[in-house]
Amino acid sequence: MTTTVARAFASLEWGPAPESTGPALAWLDDHGRSFGHFIGGEAVPPADAETFEVVNPATTAVLARVAQGGAADVDAAVRAARAALPAWAGLTDHARARHLYALARAVQKHSRLLAVLESLDNGKPIRETRDLDVPLVARHFYHHAGWAQLRSSEMPGYVPVGVVGQIIPWNFPLLMVAWKVAPALAAGCTVVLKPAEFTPLTALCFAELAHQAGLPSGVLNVVTGDGRTGKLVVEHPDVNKVAFTGSTEVGRQIRVATAGSGKKLTLELGGKSPFLVFDDADLDSVVEGVVDAIWFNQGQVCCAGSRLLVQEGVAEPLVAKLKARMEKLRVGSPLDKAVDMGAIVAPVQLERIRALVERGREEGAELWQPSWACPTEGYFYPPTLFTAVSPAATIAQVEIFGPVLVAMTFRTPAEAVALANNTTYGLAASVWTENINLALDVAPKIKAGVVWINSTNLFDAASGFGGYRESGFGREGGREGMWAYLQPEWEREAGSGEQKAAGTIPAPQHAAPREVPFPAPGSPLPPIDRTPKLFIGGKQVRPDQPYSRTVRGADGRPVGEVGEGNRKDIRNAVEAAHRASGWGRGAGHQRAQILYYIAENLSARAAEFAARVAAMTGADRATAVAEVDATLSRLFTYAAWADKHDGAVHGVPFRGVTLAMNEPVGVIGLAAPEEAPLLGFVSLLAPAVAVGNTVVALPSSAHPLAATDFYSVLETSDLPDGVVNIVTGDKEGLARVLADHLDVDGLWFCGSAAGAAAIEQAAAGNMKRTWILTPRDWYAARQAEGPEFLRRASEVKNIWIPYGE
Amino acid sequence: MTVTRDPTRFERPRAVAPASGREPAPAAPGRNPGMPLDLDRVRALRINRSAVERRAATIPTRRSVKRDWQAGWLLRAVTCLDLTTLQGDDTPGNVLRLCAKARWPVREDLLDALGVPSAAVRVGAVCVYHALVETAVEALLGSEIPVAAVSTGFPAGLNPFAQRLEEIAASVAAGAREIDVVITRGHVLRGDWEALYDEVRAFRRACGEAHLKVILGTGDLATLTNVARASQVAMMAGADFIKTSTGKEPVNATLPVGLVMVRQIRDYDERTGHAVGFKPAGGIRSAKGALEWLMLMKEELGERWVRPDRFRIGASALLTDIERQLEHFVTGRYSADYRHPMV
Repeated sequence: MTTTVARAFASLEWGPAPESTGPALAWLDDHGRSFGHFIGGEAVPPADAETFEVVNPATTAVLARVAQGGAADVDAAVRAARAALPAWAGLTDHARARHLYALARAVQKHSRLLAVLESLDNGKPIRETRDLDVPLVARHFYHHAGWAQLRSSEMPGYVPVGVVGQIIPWNFPLLMVAWKVAPALAAGCTVVLKPAEFTPLTALCFAELAHQAGLPSGVLNVVTGDGRTGKLVVEHPDVNKVAFTGSTEVGRQIRVATAGSGKKLTLELGGKSPFLVFDDADLDSVVEGVVDAIWFNQGQVCCAGSRLLVQEGVAEPLVAKLKARMEKLRVGSPLDKAVDMGAIVAPVQLERIRALVERGREEGAELWQPSWACPTEGYFYPPTLFTAVSPAATIAQVEIFGPVLVAMTFRTPAEAVALANNTTYGLAASVWTENINLALDVAPKIKAGVVWINSTNLFDAASGFGGYRESGFGREGGREGMWAYLQPEWEREAGSGEQKAAGTIPAPQHAAPREVPFPAPGSPLPPIDRTPKLFIGGKQVRPDQPYSRTVRGADGRPVGEVGEGNRKDIRNAVEAAHRASGWGRGAGHQRAQILYYIAENLSARAAEFAARVAAMTGADRATAVAEVDATLSRLFTYAAWADKHDGAVHGVPFRGVTLAMNEPVGVIGLAAPEEAPLLGFVSLLAPAVAVGNTVVALPSSAHPLAATDFYSVLETSDLPDGVVNIVTGDKEGLARVLADHLDVDGLWFCGSAAGAAAIEQAAAGNMKRTWILTPRDWYAARQAEGPEFLRRASEVKNIWIPYGE
Repeated sequence: MTVTRDPTRFERPRAVAPASGREPAPAAPGRNPGMPLDLDRVRALRINRSAVERRAATIPTRRSVKRDWQAGWLLRAVTCLDLTTLQGDDTPGNVLRLCAKARWPVREDLLDALGVPSAAVRVGAVCVYHALVETAVEALLGSEIPVAAVSTGFPAGLNPFAQRLEEIAASVAAGAREIDVVITRGHVLRGDWEALYDEVRAFRRACGEAHLKVILGTGDLATLTNVARASQVAMMAGADFIKTSTGKEPVNATLPVGLVMVRQIRDYDERTGHAVGFKPAGGIRSAKGALEWLMLMKEELGERWVRPDRFRIGASALLTDIERQLEHFVTGRYSADYRHPMV
């Protein structure tokens, strides 16, 4: 008889290497396999009786029953968070730091329990939860214990936003708890957290551990349930901020649902991240990179490198190497310490993967899967490779969220970048080349919040993570992630969140033939007509439809006419702004020079601008002169910033550098305030262009002439055509057109509350970054200029560059 | 022989034709005949250290062998051992002891308990200095365990070239069936691939029927790209095995270095059809460490590459730790080293 030892000796086969589930199952048993919500520091039974099953996807066994949170539950949780807020926000930084430090320690002390529970609940391999998820969770709390300690000194003038509602996905259940909860608590916010219905167990376990570690009651509340519960959290009126990680589809719904509510919002959504391989890359290492990119966590990773873009010359050998590697991957029980892939989270996800793979096959791509078979019990799917995929194929565009890689080839670096950016997403990218010149040339050109050079799926608490485009907005981790949970102190003093927007929509009025000619001061002759036009692509152009609107002074008398811009004018302006995108690639010094030059030329005409402001607003001469002077100062401020809005090198624990680069958002629409027609206009325009954006600016509807006069200043200041485009007319209506425009990346809005709501709703179309500016004193530097404006004008791109020969 | 006067030049192999005109050696079964030096191939190689290190770090964490499987794997490791003594104080006495251990590496009662016939478990080779080759050959008569001799001015490899060739011939004449040579690391550091190729080629010729194991001295090679290029040149020149280290460098066998070398072995096999063996040596002292090397081989090259004709671990103290682990598996009790016959 052959013993197992003898067989293993002869065959060198892999045997089972199971992780014990005993302690995790005992924890479930201790709770009677039934969980209520965690509110106000204790487990509370749900308000109504609806519950659902939580299933181990690797075995289909039921792990526990969990409550479906209803309105009363969410309300109770928000009330608990609100009640806990004053004391928590009032703690010293050091006291909050101690609490966060205790959370990090609690995670480490119970790391194996959390790792096993996570694997049971989600189906991901124990190797990943043990070596990646849980250590990153502890690291996140340690890092943010530091931010708690330093908040007042490093973020002076900022206060916590208040009660935050957080909704997290099932792919990294506990890690997402950490990404959400750590910065919120560090900032001084209190939390209502809604974990995903497939994977609520580690969040509940964490809440329990947190309170054992001394976290005050009500600071962290967990309400379980499905999307209905999430909706209740999002829509709860007493939630000040919503943070969501999940699908772009749901993110869009949340953007719409919170529109006009004044709630702050950060969204971390889907992706179809490119994985670029140039012909000089270390191909064997590339293969392992691909394994980490798309077969990590069964490919259920928002930043999974799911689009393999390979330079033609190495496509064939790379695909051969990949197939050989795939043949050796092991799919099996997630609790086996010798598997590479575990189970797909749920049948619905498995079905989605199957359907999309079928679609890919139907559309003519070549499918390849290893020869071995997956376990039949539980929800498993094999690693899958599609070659001969065209960018038009469904599987090349849609996020599959499974272990499915689609491969395409490119010829040149420029084509690689074009293919990489040929997506509505912009979460992450991976670039493989041994040529540092190429790597550092390509990285800034890819529209993505994270770029990994010769590596992939590296995460750290010190480095911000988050997307461009429809992958969402906001960053999680690092200094950049803290801003999401803070607001300027003056805003709170002013008693406003972003709830209040000011102003009214002026009724569009087409100019009737004017009764009284505009007076020409000091001349007996009739005045020469001056027709302000739109300013698009560096040219003064007439509106698409030649209508004009009368501009009246404070006394109601006409002081001029401006063109009535429409949709097509906006379209033209956006196109012109895109053509000018080279502005952002130039040097900050060059932009500074031009901003100074604009100030110089404005200064030369200061008296004329003051007179114009006075004529429109009825301000006295001294006030009007003060506005021009403040405008000159503002231009100087951003000329000063243009070459100082530096990025950072983050201290992440790996051998390399992580560059946090500030990049312009792109094309930004600016709806200027009604008041301070020159100062307000320039206060939006200057920061946006200082960091390299190109803009479509909508002047004050009531007092647009300062802005139209301003374009002649721009024309004499060497500003490249199209960097600033000015469209006059019905500001709020035109802002709606900008909000709807799918090729506008950001929109700053000063205007009515109704207008703000409409804009935030429409912005969901392409997830453009909106900023509804609260009414503010445009003369007060603390409110009207500085780093917050620069942050709104920038995206932070984190580029990970490992080194070592 | 003449000594070169140019202080910047290493002694170059002579008595071989220039690189372009070389023919591969006649192929013997199971041996690597080599191929003409393909400089384009060699120079095109680029290895990304950080990525290699990341992969190497997960080799012990992506896989695990437990219980019966671990015992089976450890026995396999024993069969791949080059049981080695390379000390200045080696005498026939301790070499005879080493050879006895090579014949009976694991206690009979443990093998019985494991259900593995003792005949199946013997080490891959015994590795000694030239002076002890005859002693070892005699001691191992009838066992089929080959004797390997370290050669060519081990460990620095900077003896006069002719002497190095003579040393190989002498060890082969004394009965060594495997010759572990060291390369001139300077050739690698200077990118003088022709010189390296010619050197290894000459060693190969001097080996005759004996198998050629080429020690790269990776601890001296500075970069992983150098390790990859040196691996390729050694294989092109006809190495039957490539080996990491002498055991005398400050850094010996590491998984990242091993990963780079086995990937080159795979590449060479894919292009030429010749399977070259791999031998990590130096610093492998624990059973767990040995398992990691076996996992690396199985993952990167497959099970066929984890047999003694293609895989060796150069070690001595390792065997005792493996025995302790096997006893633990059999008895359920942690073992002590004095319970196992010493090397």
